[in-house]
This record gives sequence, C-alpha cells and structure tokens, in this order.
Amino acid sequence: MGIHDTIQEYEVVRDPARCTVCRACERQCANGVHTYDAAAGKMRSDAAKCVNCHRCVVFCPERALKIVKNDDTYRLNAQWSNEAIDEIYRQAETGGMLLSSMGCPKPYPVYWDRMLLNASQVTNPSIDPLREPMETRTFLGKKPDRIERTPDGRIRTDNLPPQLVLDVPILFSAMSYGAISYNAHECLARAAGELGTYYNTGEGGLHENLYRYGPNTIVQVASGRFGVHKKYLEAGAAIEIKIGQGAKPGIGGHLPGAKIVGDISRTRMIPEGSDAISPAPHHDIYSIEDLRQLVYSLKEATEYRKPIIVKIAAVHNVAAIASGIARSGADIIAIDGFRAGTGAAPTRIRDNVGIPIELALAAVDERLRQEKIRSRVSLIAGGSIRSSADVVKAIALGADAVYIGTAALLALGCHLCRACQAGRCNWGIATQRPDLVRRLDPEAGTRSLVNLVSAWKHEIMEMMGGMGINSIEALRGNRLMLRGVGLNDRELRVLGIKHAGE
Amino acid sequence: MIRIDAKGKNFRQLNGEIRSARDPEIEVENCLGQRYIGAGMSGKSLLLRGVPGNALGCYLDGGAIRVRGNAQDQTGDTMNAGAIVVEGSSGDATGYSMRGGKIFVRDDAGYRVGIHMKAYRDQQPLIVVGGAAGSFLGEYQAGGTIVVLGLRSGGKAPVGNLCCAGMHGGRMILRCRRLPADLPAQVAAAPATAEEIAGIGGVLDEFCACFGIPKRTVMEEPFFVLKPNTKNPYRALYTFN
Repeated sequence: MGIHDTIQEYEVVRDPARCTVCRACERQCANGVHTYDAAAGKMRSDAAKCVNCHRCVVFCPERALKIVKNDDTYRLNAQWSNEAIDEIYRQAETGGMLLSSMGCPKPYPVYWDRMLLNASQVTNPSIDPLREPMETRTFLGKKPDRIERTPDGRIRTDNLPPQLVLDVPILFSAMSYGAISYNAHECLARAAGELGTYYNTGEGGLHENLYRYGPNTIVQVASGRFGVHKKYLEAGAAIEIKIGQGAKPGIGGHLPGAKIVGDISRTRMIPEGSDAISPAPHHDIYSIEDLRQLVYSLKEATEYRKPIIVKIAAVHNVAAIASGIARSGADIIAIDGFRAGTGAAPTRIRDNVGIPIELALAAVDERLRQEKIRSRVSLIAGGSIRSSADVVKAIALGADAVYIGTAALLALGCHLCRACQAGRCNWGIATQRPDLVRRLDPEAGTRSLVNLVSAWKHEIMEMMGGMGINSIEALRGNRLMLRGVGLNDRELRVLGIKHAGE
Repeated sequence: MIRIDAKGKNFRQLNGEIRSARDPEIEVENCLGQRYIGAGMSGKSLLLRGVPGNALGCYLDGGAIRVRGNAQDQTGDTMNAGAIVVEGSSGDATGYSMRGGKIFVRDDAGYRVGIHMKAYRDQQPLIVVGGAAGSFLGEYQAGGTIVVLGLRSGGKAPVGNLCCAGMHGGRMILRCRRLPADLPAQVAAAPATAEEIAGIGGVLDEFCACFGIPKRTVMEEPFFVLKPNTKNPYRALYTFN
C-alpha cells in the first residue's frame, strides 16, 4: 500500500457455483493471478496482477470465470481521467518513462470507417468471383517507365527490376524474433509460404532454422544491424531498410538484456544479457543521398537480385519524404501509420506522434503521381489494417499491398491485452519463456493465419466483383470507388475522394 | 593477379568486374570515389590505388582489402569478417556496426568511428587508428576493441568530443597521457595494466609491421583502457504502463 497505488483495472469474477477448483486457471496464468487456498479448498484471485488476456477465461472448462472492468474510481473528472491520474502516480513512484505495447488505443478518428465502397448497379455489371476469373496477384517493385521491344517486335520482359510476387496483396509486417517467439515466427513463415506471400523478420535477425523459408521472407536491416551479414541478406526475397515504425516514429528501440537469452542472442549475434540498442537514426543516413547509399550498398551486396524496401513511419511531411525515397533507388516504400502495433514503445510517443495511415497513404500516392514517379516504387501501407474492407480501401487509396501485424497476431491467439513488454504472454506470442512459447502450436497457428488471409482474399474478390473490377490493378488508386461519410472538405481533399451522395 | 583500371568507370561497372574476376588477387588502379568496392566480398584480396568511395568493404565477409591512399566514409560498414588496411586516413563512421574482422588505418579517422561495433563469441572486431579519431568515437559501442594510438598527438587524447557516448560493451584503448575530460558516467577508464598492454602486444606488432612503424615509438606513451561499467545502460529508464 502506498500513496501512489493505482486503481486495479480489472476484477476477476469467479462463479462459485461453477468452479470445481480444477486449478486450470492457476496453471494457465503466468502473471500469478490465480492461487489455490488449500486451507479453504478454494481458488483465490489477485486481480491487481491481471492484464485481461483472457487465457484463464478461455481455458476454464466450467466457464466459471469472467474479467470485468473494475468500477472503482477516483472522483470523476472530464479533464483528469482515472488513467491520467494513475499515469502520474506511476511516474511519481518510479521516475520512469511510461512504456506500453501494441497500437495506440486512444479514440482518434478511424478514417477507414469514414469511407464507403462502391458497387455496380445496372450500368456496369458486377462479377461473381466464384465463377469468373479474378486476379489478386500483385507484383511489388520498380516498374519500367515504358514498354521496350526486342528487334522482332516482342515486348521485352528480361529488363524488369526484381519483383516480389504476391498471390494476395497482404504481407505480414515486421515483428522481430525477440519481440515475438520462435513459434510465432515459424507460423508466420509457414503461412506466408502457403499463401504465396511474405513475412518480415523485423530487426532481430533470422533464426537459422527459418532460412529454409527464405523465398517467403523479407529480411530487415535497421539501425542496430543485429544479425545482419551476407548470408542473411541473401536469405530473403527482399531487404527492408527500417527507418521508422508507426508506433514510435523518430525513436530507436531497446530490447532489454534480460530478453537477450539463448537463441535470441545467437540470432541477433550479441552476447547474452547485453541490451540490444537500436539507435534512433541510422548514423550513416542524414539525407536522401545517404539513404541512396545504403540502398545501393545492399543492392551491390546482393548483386541487384532483390528489391529494396524502405519503411518509414507516417509523419507530417510523409509525402515529401516518400518522394525522396522514390528517388533514392528504393523499389518499394512501406508506410506505417500511427496506430501500428509494437512490442514496446514509450506511451507518449505511441499515442501522440505520427499521423493516420489513411491520410498518409493518400498524400503519398497523390504526390508520387503528380511528380510522375509513382511507377518507380510500389507502396505498402500498414498500421491498423483490421479487415479485408480496410485492405480494399487502402488499395483504392493507392496502396499496392498492405502489411498486417496486429491482425496476424490476433489470428495466432493474441487477445490484445497490451502487456507484451512484460514478456509473460500467456498465448505464447510475445514471450521467450519456453513453457509459454510451447502453448503456440506452429501447426495450428499456421492454419489460423492461412484461414484468416484466405477468408480476406475471398472477401476482397467479392468486393472487387461487386464493383465490376476483376483485377487488383484496376482497383489500385481508384479513388472513385470510395466515398466519404461525415468528413469535412479538408479531409476529403487530402483523401482525394468525394463525399457520399456526390 | 588481375589488374583492373577503374578510370572512368562507375561503381556498378567496377564492382561487377571485381565480382566476376576469376583470380582472387585483384589490383585496382585509378580508384576515384567508386562506392561499395568489395561489398559482401569473401575469399578475394583487393589492392586499391587511388581513393575508393564510401562504404568500402561494406558487409565484408572475409578476404582482404588494402588501400594505397585514403578511404572515405562508412569503410567496413556492417563487416562480418576479413581485413581492411588503409595507408592513409579514413572518413566518418569507419567500422559502423562491424561484428568481425579488423580495420587498420595508418593516419587519422573521422567522426563516429566504431559506432555500434559489436562482438559475438569468436567474432571480436578490431579497429586500430594510428593517428587521431574524431568526435563520438565508439558511440553505442557494444563489443570489440577500438585502439587509437595518436602517433602525432603528442600525448594528448587522440579523440574529439563525446568519446564513448552510449558505450555498453567491448573496450577502447587510447594511447595518451591524459584522458578526455568529457567521458560519460557509464564508462570506467584506467591506465592499462602490464597484463593489458601485453594483451594488445600482438595487435600492435601486426599494426606496426603493416605500416613499417617502429614499435618502440608506439610504446613511448602510456595507454588507457576504457570499458563500460554496465551492459544495460537503460534499465531504469521505463515504467510499465
């Protein structure tokens, strides 16, 4: 007990009529919420330790448990919410920067939900994807400026820069081994292979067992260069230079030494127990010219066989920055919106820095078109894609493909409790504890990811068919397929769409 | 041995010729700013005359590069193994994030030398600078060894400002009579013990032999060893929210 004690967020409600004291909840909870009181022959709960991950609720064979929001409150105040007060208590007690995980949970506008899609009626027949061909294959990479022909008149195809070929315009976004578990990585790698798409190593290197999934792997090079060497660069289908991420634009990362153990240490190629510090900037990049140098150093090291992706966070001047990147020689630009997830980020950065991906994407696509350099790069949008409808809207706004991270983790069992930073993920995802990692079955996890993306693919085809579009290329940047609802003129202008009814 | 004339060639052409050369012994003449020479190379030996451009030997994975002249920025960026010898000075961020192998620079080196250098098991990277290094030497250093001899510094610390900023692993050896005044709190510095001096004897022998410097001259000044006193510099930075 102390003057800075915070309100416990949840209550664990146990139905005594149902509970058989089987102690499953106790075994499932790595946070130590549930204990057995032998004297009383009853289960006890310490809700102060509960992060509301729902593991115990799901695994209670008698359905005797539920987690509810605690209604204990300070005096209600519209300016000083309970949360704002508790955060001050935490900092007054510890002197630390607040650290959170997963995407920004604050009620900022979600522009995906303010845009509606078109469908054909009468004049332009819709297409039934169950019977008619529907092309969702997407090529990511630089496209030639013009068609070239061989002396005998055939269109040349041997002059294409390297491309990533996706059967569905959805990739799994960068999540490092260290932030997530080995089993989670294996699920992503295997599912990417089955789906004909790609997963991304993040900046923690590539585990030696996963090199065999290389054809479906994007390897990342970040400021810390962890686990980066020639073989690693050659292992993947593409190389992503991480400049920034949506959850924490402008800052680096620290994977604490306590998490640098065993295979994590081996894969990052740093000693056990040593902090893995990713500096905020790449210290060799102070300009677009410098970025070009890193892009070309990677191309030289891999003999121009792999597309280079440059990933940035969506920030205020994103359109001008993307224009520079497109001129740096990069093949693909990945833009990460401010709602993107993370294994750990300072709360204030996550919740206050960056801009929504919808606006950033529209601005970048428009700028690159105006400058007539749109075909020099492909665009991947990420950071809050929740459904196939968001995917379709992103493509209509100008994306070539999307990155999904949080949605993929949800498919693996994540319950979005936002406590990844603690490293005790009861679902075996954001943890390195072997007993917890084992809970995520690579076989079942792979199946869930394949199910999710396959379902989205069907939905994407249905929505495209409804619009009378039979190829994803005809949807890309097709903003006439979008209408805004409840948006002001400025928002509509940035999004480049009309209001519903116009 | 094969000879390549770099005159008038851009980096892509020159590097393509170096890559496709069958002979592992290659001499390149008239280097003039071509970047990425030896990118990801292994198993070859390059002798470069002239001034190679930025990112010389980036991702180097073995083999050897010797420069008869100065090198520019990011020499040995993210190198994993092998050796780079510069018979002159090298620019900024020499040895950026290198994890293995060694870089010998006869004269001076620029800012941020050895930034984020790291070591892993038998991969223990080494940078030796004969002259002085610029500011931010060993920034974020996480492993390996950086030696700066200051052979023309007259006993003054052969570094610029903010030496060892963010250092959390490895060690730095400076040949000077007095330490830099602005060392950060997380760095412990002490005069090298007899054992530590003996420990770098082999490295100094190799460096001296490489450039024809009399070892006796090198041993005329004292050495300091700088090491971080924590490998977790940011442990107390955060509170879970």
